[in-house]
Amino acid sequence: MKISDDSPPVLTALDRPNSYIGRSVPRPNLHRLTQGRGQYVSDVTLPRMAHVAYVRSPHAHAEIKSIATNAAKKAPGVIAVVTGAELAKVMTPWVGVLTHLKGLKSAPQYPIAVERACWQGEAVCAIVARTRAQAEDAAELIDIAYRPLPAVTDAETALDAATPTIHASLGDNLCFERKLEVGAPDKAFAEADAVVETTFVFGRHTGVTTEPRAVVADWNEGERRLTVYQATQAPHMMQNLFAKHLDLAEHQVRVLTKDVGGSFGIKVHTYADEMATVALSKLLKRPVKFVADRIESFVTDIHARDHRIKAKIGVNKDGSIAAFEIDDLTGIGPYSVYPRTSGIEANQVVNLIGGPYTCGNYRARARVVFQNKNVMCQYRAVGHPIAVAVTEGLVELAAAKIGMDPLEIRRRNLIADEAYPYTSAAGLKFEKLSHHESLAHLDSLMNYAALRAEQKKLREKGVYRGLGFASFIEVTNPSAAFYGVGGARISSQDGATVKLDAQGALIVASGVSEQGQGAESVIAQCVASAFGIGIDRVRVTMGDTDNTPYGGGTWASRAAGIGGEAAWQAGKALRANVLAVAASVLQAKPEALDIRSGVVVDAANGAERLPLEELARIVYFRPDTLPAGIQPELIATRHYVPRAWPFAFTNGVQASYLEVDPDTGFVKLLKHWCVEDCGTIINPQLVDEQIRGGVVQGIGAALFEQCLYDERGQMLNGNMADYLVPMAAEMPDIECGHVVSPTADSELGAKGAGEAGTAGAPACVMNAINDALRPLGAQPLTDMPFTPGKILRALGKV
Amino acid sequence: MTAQSLDISLTVNGDAVSDRVEARKTLVDFLREDLALTGSHVGCEHGVCGACTVRVDGEIVRGCLMLAVQCDGATVQTIEGLSDSGELADLQAAFEQRNALQCGYCTPGMLAAAQDLLRKGGVPSRDAIREHISGNYCRCTGYHAIVDAIEAVAQERTKVRAGDKP
Amino acid sequence: MKPAPFAYAKARSLDEAIALLGEHKDARLLAGGQSLIATLNMRLSSPSLLIDINGVGGCDGIALKAGMVEIGALTRHAAAERSETVARHAPLIAKAMPHIGHVAIRNRGTIGGSIAFADPAAELPACLLALGGEVEALGPKGKRTIKADDLFKGLFETALGPQDVLTAIRVPAADKNARYGFAEFARRHGDYAIVGLAAGARAEGKALTDVRLAFFGVGATPLRAKKSEAALAKGDVEAAVAALDVEPQDDVQATGAVKKHLAGVLLRRVARQLMEPRA
Repeated sequence: MKISDDSPPVLTALDRPNSYIGRSVPRPNLHRLTQGRGQYVSDVTLPRMAHVAYVRSPHAHAEIKSIATNAAKKAPGVIAVVTGAELAKVMTPWVGVLTHLKGLKSAPQYPIAVERACWQGEAVCAIVARTRAQAEDAAELIDIAYRPLPAVTDAETALDAATPTIHASLGDNLCFERKLEVGAPDKAFAEADAVVETTFVFGRHTGVTTEPRAVVADWNEGERRLTVYQATQAPHMMQNLFAKHLDLAEHQVRVLTKDVGGSFGIKVHTYADEMATVALSKLLKRPVKFVADRIESFVTDIHARDHRIKAKIGVNKDGSIAAFEIDDLTGIGPYSVYPRTSGIEANQVVNLIGGPYTCGNYRARARVVFQNKNVMCQYRAVGHPIAVAVTEGLVELAAAKIGMDPLEIRRRNLIADEAYPYTSAAGLKFEKLSHHESLAHLDSLMNYAALRAEQKKLREKGVYRGLGFASFIEVTNPSAAFYGVGGARISSQDGATVKLDAQGALIVASGVSEQGQGAESVIAQCVASAFGIGIDRVRVTMGDTDNTPYGGGTWASRAAGIGGEAAWQAGKALRANVLAVAASVLQAKPEALDIRSGVVVDAANGAERLPLEELARIVYFRPDTLPAGIQPELIATRHYVPRAWPFAFTNGVQASYLEVDPDTGFVKLLKHWCVEDCGTIINPQLVDEQIRGGVVQGIGAALFEQCLYDERGQMLNGNMADYLVPMAAEMPDIECGHVVSPTADSELGAKGAGEAGTAGAPACVMNAINDALRPLGAQPLTDMPFTPGKILRALGKV
Repeated sequence: MTAQSLDISLTVNGDAVSDRVEARKTLVDFLREDLALTGSHVGCEHGVCGACTVRVDGEIVRGCLMLAVQCDGATVQTIEGLSDSGELADLQAAFEQRNALQCGYCTPGMLAAAQDLLRKGGVPSRDAIREHISGNYCRCTGYHAIVDAIEAVAQERTKVRAGDKP
Repeated sequence: MKPAPFAYAKARSLDEAIALLGEHKDARLLAGGQSLIATLNMRLSSPSLLIDINGVGGCDGIALKAGMVEIGALTRHAAAERSETVARHAPLIAKAMPHIGHVAIRNRGTIGGSIAFADPAAELPACLLALGGEVEALGPKGKRTIKADDLFKGLFETALGPQDVLTAIRVPAADKNARYGFAEFARRHGDYAIVGLAAGARAEGKALTDVRLAFFGVGATPLRAKKSEAALAKGDVEAAVAALDVEPQDDVQATGAVKKHLAGVLLRRVARQLMEPRA
């Protein structure tokens, strides 16, 4: 329908009176958190609950010859001492492979190591006691005879013939390999005016969630039911896995997730020690609690981002990018993590390189190799920080080589905002991105020209400041293309049930979950807006597989886009149900009525006709007064799955302004900006805060964080003093801007926003450091984290 | 006179508490396990992350680096007590308004540190705020909103003290 | 982790603490506990007995006595940070205090504990060395004084005996000719320094005498760079840097070469502070 200028604008489904869509509403669950009245798993106590401590292998690779448990069994408070062999009779092992990553292979992993420990920190024996302290006391009495085996600790040589194979059954240490070639890269490089080649290294790092991993498993022998309190991002996934490996039906398992003290992907994976805890509960027929302490967290929480990438960019004098090429080597642990596999990050890197740009010539190879170090798997922004740092690092090196401004080279190569739908060289399908608009917005937001002028002036005084940028695309709202097609029982759809209670308030149950990003609030805002009620009368429950619709949980930035859409649709459906009843009570047509601020009103003029409390009273207590034949239904469930696009890609651009002290190599972060486009913004404040938190996590990767290992596979800095996480005094203020390109795949049009900050920050900090040091003739730095020592070496001072 | 377990008497959030504790039990574990005051959190047990920060005899301390037995005769205030007394009301409101907390795990310690700074009066600079909370690890927020919240409360309190209408 | 079991005794006097140390060979003194309890929580040490000396009176005063600033060993870092006497008469220590951990740590940690624990990357042992101070210790044979130059023996090792209790530190009170300088490099505020320098000197007209440059984070103990001290006394900063003979080891934060380079940078910066007249 053509809309002429003098007609009133057509209201979209989102233009509801008093809509919460686009409003920064404070999250309803914050009161309990600021009062210290949250309920984290480590707060849970149950009758007869016992505590488990794990004895962990001190060796990176060793045969377990014998475990003497008698002394430990007699220690005060000890209930049981259980070895891997004993627990293997209760719980089956698992293999972290999916069929869509062709050739991905891994060996079976047991809840407690059987016969062989494959990384320093792997659990080799469980002590269950009345208190954690008693379990640890008894652990000191366990006597294990190990025969140390050669440890594979260098990814570069992991595939050499001379290197021992960690799992003989696999034949070699290759977990997964992917190759891709598009266009004519060789020709393009040969014809390019300039080629820049370098090697990027990304230090292995880890999540360091403020709340360590924790689980309370409660096998009730009388009910033959397992209840697991777990800080997980995916309750239904875990329900399936616990059932599968304990030979139970899913309906015998309930997973409960209340407050989670940060996750960022760390708590979406399956951990041997958590599975073991669950198996112990079944074995011992009583609740068992496991809380990882910080020391064991460093050697058992998944690590991430250990990549070495040889990379090449071909560029012409006019700034056009001719070709990209990468060779990625990533060293994981001895097992591909279950069930999402440890091949996904490398796969993402291959997919995402060059993503924002029109360049059609691309070659990539990625190899994922096993090592005797802690396991590695998906962590916030999976693969993006690496792909973006490589791409954006190459782009700025290319710009410097041809003497072009870094924003200008981007303008000449970013996919045009009008070019959509568009398929990238790597085969990614983009519905609608806004690279140019975002870049223009960033330019003005940061006042780029003024900062360049300031940089120039200060250089003359011997003060070296740098500006660095990163354009990026981000995977959100994943379909089954991510995991389901490979055979994983990880749901890509989601659901919400909304019901009207007897007082006219809304109770919502959602299949996505909360770890602090504000999913609970987003769901409430969607329901309240779709239905027509004040948000103070909406209560959301999540994280209960017994009482929520089947869902996927919260990961890959899917809560708002997928969970929110299900909640929106459920709110609409309940509104229709309520209006059907109201219409019959009021002798009106349902289409002439609406619900606004919790009251049924005349749609035309907003005149109040029937409060919801009254409608509820009639339906629940006086249905005898309803017209004949009416069967009211004051509950509605809707599910939503994205159908048109395998992923809802978002885009953005970030900038970092910093100062490098060339005498010390120390970097001072002055300011950071991010302009991003996540489609319809449901709660602007929550989006900004996700960006900020994500940026700081990315800064951690760029400057501070690295899991250091020696050649024997011993982690050298697994504590909070030596592993450096970003703290407040070193972090900059972060300014956020937005562009809105809604997706048409849902009515809300919301894409995800949770990972964009982390995706771009390491790249632009790297680029800013190199920009700062360029006049000093330093070799460009491409080896993260950029410690003072690396900067001093690049400057030739050490 | 040495003992592995001792009787202690202390005041926690205004309540008189008497208990027998193992010498090795840290203050934060005593609060969480013996008194079920789970608002103080354990994040590292090495005194670095700040999640266990509580107030003992009027000063903020790391609950993981004090033993419960050292608190015999002491006055302890945890987040529950500081919250219920209303002392933190404006800080809590500001944190909630600005989403200066996401997962909430660092928040009790962060609020204690913030209140410790603001008790001194005046409006600290953003850098001074950052320095004061530099011992409280937050992985979720990136600190910007926390600094905003503390700065806003400092300004409000200063106005109120100066007698201006808010 | 949870600590291994231990017994606990609250000492009512220093003599009682010393007697208990004599009876129990693997007992440890508990003062601030900010280092000790962290190591117990990691089961890096498992003493059979903790002797709590926090209740011993008379050990936490700060006073100006006969040209010295005397700080009782049980003085909390926070109290020293707030002290007017320290600010005016021991400004080097005042300058170092905000770098020690964070507020919650400083509320419990003690001056004496920091000196006795002797972490090579800690600020206060280096300050004591830079000021040419001394400590007072009480042991089974009575009181004795140990000069800073004789105190720090090795990694976490001092000249204090197994039954000694450090009772006070003393540093010369700063007069108008006293100069001091302090700087450290740490990746994050409050971290142990990668490398740091506490320095003291006297100004006689334009020249510096009695230069004491105490580096921390460069070896097993705080170390005086004596050759550099001599060069600085001649007024030659570059010669002082060239003469710097610290040989730090590699560690997880930085290589020895980086630390040595940073030590040189610190020296230039602190030399400027020493050469400026006091405000």
